[in-house]
Amino acid sequence: MLSEYFPILVFIAIAIAMSLAFIGAAVLIARQNPDQEKTSTYECGFEAIDSAHIRFDVRFYLVAILFIIFDLEVAFLFPWAVALGDIGLYGFFSMVLFLAILTVGFIYEWRKGALEWE
Amino acid sequence: MDNAVFQWLFAWLPELLQSLVWIVILIMAILLPLLLAVAFLVYFDRKIWAAMQLRRGPNVVGPFGLLQSFADGLKLLFKETLVPAGANKGIFFIAPVVTFSLALIAWAVIPWGEGIVLANLNVGILYIFAISSLGVYGILMAGWASNSRYAFLGALRSAAQMVSYEVSIGFVLVAVLVWVGSLNLSEVVLAQSGGVGSWFVFSHFPLFMIFLISAMAETNRPPFDLPEAEAELVAGYQVEYSSMAFGLFWLGEYTNILLMCAMTSILFFGGWQAPFAFLDFIPGPLWLMIKMAFFFFIFAWVKATVPRYRYDQLMRLGWKVFLPISLFAVVAYGGAALALGRV
Repeated sequence: MLSEYFPILVFIAIAIAMSLAFIGAAVLIARQNPDQEKTSTYECGFEAIDSAHIRFDVRFYLVAILFIIFDLEVAFLFPWAVALGDIGLYGFFSMVLFLAILTVGFIYEWRKGALEWE
Repeated sequence: MDNAVFQWLFAWLPELLQSLVWIVILIMAILLPLLLAVAFLVYFDRKIWAAMQLRRGPNVVGPFGLLQSFADGLKLLFKETLVPAGANKGIFFIAPVVTFSLALIAWAVIPWGEGIVLANLNVGILYIFAISSLGVYGILMAGWASNSRYAFLGALRSAAQMVSYEVSIGFVLVAVLVWVGSLNLSEVVLAQSGGVGSWFVFSHFPLFMIFLISAMAETNRPPFDLPEAEAELVAGYQVEYSSMAFGLFWLGEYTNILLMCAMTSILFFGGWQAPFAFLDFIPGPLWLMIKMAFFFFIFAWVKATVPRYRYDQLMRLGWKVFLPISLFAVVAYGGAALALGRV
């Protein structure tokens, strides 16, 4: 089965080469004439005051953490979905129990206001 | 590789190199029509959008304006590639390459017909799911490396939005897989054989709706185009990009939209299969393309008619509506699969 992955490896190489060729062609063909105004950061008509790497809302972190939890859960569910025929009712209810525990956590974060924006 | 013409052309090459050349030919057979299709889809998108607003849309370049996208591409090619002075130059150029490459390589596992697939992975769905997760990196890199506040805020929004809807998409996939019992995309299509009645769109209708809406959010398509929100963020993470570097984001975005159309067709509309037995004479790849074009029309239709969401509405829809429903659906469809003996 591993040989099925070889075309993907070739595909990745071709895709990257193609993207680089696109950018490279544009750099080669078009006349490059940068000056200070062109390369300054886009702003509404004034100079950028400081770096754009500013502090941002902690809720973005929260979303990322919640995503990791639920995405891992999905990753658990993939093999479960494929094997459900073999593991039968026992496997089904084990997963229901697992999902129920996660739902308790989900309700907790909902009540705590972690999902509120505004 | 048993093709007579291929044998005649490349029989002189060593065995190993022959298979490599064959793979490259197959990849090109996917890539070139794909990029051509993307160019025309951009045109159709604009035409549909214009028609719904009683405008003409692009109609100057070529007959009916058909060559508009090629003119746009050519124009981008001749533009200066600007790099902002404060940018992190390496990452700034890696970002569009990552976005575009990921948009392309997902197509490796799409089945175009019975046995017509480049890489028949037994974990095809997992592969697509993983590749579309990685898409966030291109956008985050672009926003961070540009060193512009608009780009930075746009990238943050986009990343949060994409990961939020990714979760619902994951649960929807699992609820479909339970009925198939395999992660192979060809198996998913074959599980729906027997005409329009056995397509999953009927048995999984609520999930189909969630998947379609999440697909729009995942690809930053209107009404979920908040990362771009031209009125407040000018163009979001793309604001500092010009020339082909911008062009790659643009191509990548439409390639991803087309991929989502293909996934919707495969998961819910029987992929390459004809809806009725008497239409079987139309080849499979053509059926998949017809279905993809249909879903692309729906994407364009929604773009033309639905106003943009607010950010809090977007997050509420993803986390408080879609997530609980799709989580419940996994249990419901799993139970139904056991009860009906589908597994």
